[in-house]
Amino acid sequence: MHFLIHFINALFNPVTYFSASVIGFGAMIHYREKWTEPQFALRILIGVLAVLGLSMFNDHFREISTKPDNVPIFLMVFSVGFFTWLSFRQAVVNDRRLAQGQPPVEKETSDKKVYVWPDLVYVEFIATIVAGVVLMVWSLALHAPLEQAATPAWTPNPSKAPWYFLGLQEMLVYYDPWLAGVVFPSLIIVGLMAIPYIDKNPKGAGYYTFNERKLAIVPFLFGFLILWVTLIFLGTFLRGPGWNFFGPFEDWDPHKVVVLNNINLSEYFWVKFLGMGLPPNPLLRELPGFSLLAFYFIGLPPLLTKKSNFLMGLLERLGVARYAVLMFLALSMAALPIKMVLRWAFNLKYIVSIPEVFFNI
Amino acid sequence: MFEGLKKKVEEMRANRPSPEAVKQAISEGQIWKSIFRHGYPDTPRNRIMAVLSNVFLHLHPVKARHSGVKMSYTWCMGGLSFFLFLNLTVTGVLLMFYYRPTAEYAYYDIVALREAVPLGIMRELHRWGAHAMVIAVWLHMFRVFMTGSYKPPREFNWVIGVVLLVLTLLLSFTGYLLPWDQLAMWAITVGTNMARATPFLGFEGPGASMLQVGGVKLVTGGSDIHFALLGGHFVSEATLLRFYVLHCVFIPLTAATLMAVHFWRVRKDGGISGPL
Repeated sequence: MHFLIHFINALFNPVTYFSASVIGFGAMIHYREKWTEPQFALRILIGVLAVLGLSMFNDHFREISTKPDNVPIFLMVFSVGFFTWLSFRQAVVNDRRLAQGQPPVEKETSDKKVYVWPDLVYVEFIATIVAGVVLMVWSLALHAPLEQAATPAWTPNPSKAPWYFLGLQEMLVYYDPWLAGVVFPSLIIVGLMAIPYIDKNPKGAGYYTFNERKLAIVPFLFGFLILWVTLIFLGTFLRGPGWNFFGPFEDWDPHKVVVLNNINLSEYFWVKFLGMGLPPNPLLRELPGFSLLAFYFIGLPPLLTKKSNFLMGLLERLGVARYAVLMFLALSMAALPIKMVLRWAFNLKYIVSIPEVFFNI
Repeated sequence: MFEGLKKKVEEMRANRPSPEAVKQAISEGQIWKSIFRHGYPDTPRNRIMAVLSNVFLHLHPVKARHSGVKMSYTWCMGGLSFFLFLNLTVTGVLLMFYYRPTAEYAYYDIVALREAVPLGIMRELHRWGAHAMVIAVWLHMFRVFMTGSYKPPREFNWVIGVVLLVLTLLLSFTGYLLPWDQLAMWAITVGTNMARATPFLGFEGPGASMLQVGGVKLVTGGSDIHFALLGGHFVSEATLLRFYVLHCVFIPLTAATLMAVHFWRVRKDGGISGPL
């Protein structure tokens, strides 16, 4: 038993966690015909509940996961899981019909109009009552927690942001606050707002489908499920004191020491590669980083577009302006996983580092 | 001496009106008819009137696509987000009766809510409802995305929806500070520290040191956006008051206004989406 617990703890680290969630995402997209079958989905649910139930025998896991403030995270994870299943189930059913030349299921009843009273009002009425009762029971069962009175004299460790921002806090491991806390959140908001203006695909409006909207659904779900939801889960359950990573059954030891030996790109280039000292001029020193970034955001899109027939077709469909915005947003989103991989593989700290003016990337 | 009265009662008992007659007398009386301008909504006319003559129900159209009122399609998440917002408004107002946003009282008012009210669940309803609303808003956006409901002519309503999502998170974030316990203070400290690194506007942000006139820095720790947000160099009583006002007045009013626009646009853009 101890061996199993140690094995699972050793198995968990940011690299395996993130890689497994990306692989899981790929499998979810690829095998959607299989897992959307209700029988199969039920087995997955039972499996997840069994693992969760067994995990509760571990004192540390039970302590963390039964904190009243972490209950919403389970609610979020299970409801996101259920509704991902529900939407994919309906999409798969519709895609089968569309492949046979039939209209989507929604089409069968969409031309029929029903009176809002009673057909919609009663749905709302029942939903309101159910939600009200659930909220009441939840409130009677669990007291809203209250810790000790606020004092600036004592900093709790770990200090965590509210749960819905933990994905952003996780980003702080890889990027400085001006990017992880300001620029990327702004880009998330702008990017979400831009979706209807970039997505020119007229198909798939008003019904569930996957095949007709792959290009829209895959990046959106990657952002929502992988870069947002799983990072919140990681931040809640696997980040402990000092924002160090802990296995699910590992006690949060505040004295855990993690060797941080991260190196800037400038040092890689000037010291390790060219064998000379760092140039005193910061702009010259960071020239490799700036060049790399310029290539990533300016050089790479035309290069990729020229090489790929698929991207060329996309450019023709969207027009230059939409395509450029899409490319910029996609590359910005990819910047997080890319920096993660660079950190894990090369201990890369900053691509560009000018700490004098807080300009670190 | 009660003979006369007894006789009168017997008489009344014999002639008492049937329940139907009472019902009719009420539903055709002046008071009832001044409130409800239609009969029981079991005929097409009365069903239309039920929606049209009620200020709350008239958010709806009279008729809707059959495919659009199914729970498997909408998941009811937009409606539940609104319901939770109403729940939070009501419980929030009740909490405001007992809560003073000062460093001296805030924490102990919350303690009093816990200790002095048997079976009191206002704070619980507010806290768990707030978490639930964040989740409901995410799921609503998820549903709207998966059904492609942001596509023309509904593009702009999606944009308003994104603003409402941000406001929901800000409402939750500002409310996080109000219990004034360790969790509150340090979660807000972690969150607001980001503002110090805002490019140009935060004193630890890139570019801020470039903004100077005659060698005098314009953006310092005492004049940057972090200071403006907190009302000081760190989370303090001034922050508590700021977040309280934002949480109870400014953001709810903004959100309510945008919700009105959001609902109105749903109607104007053709109702709940459906296949062409």
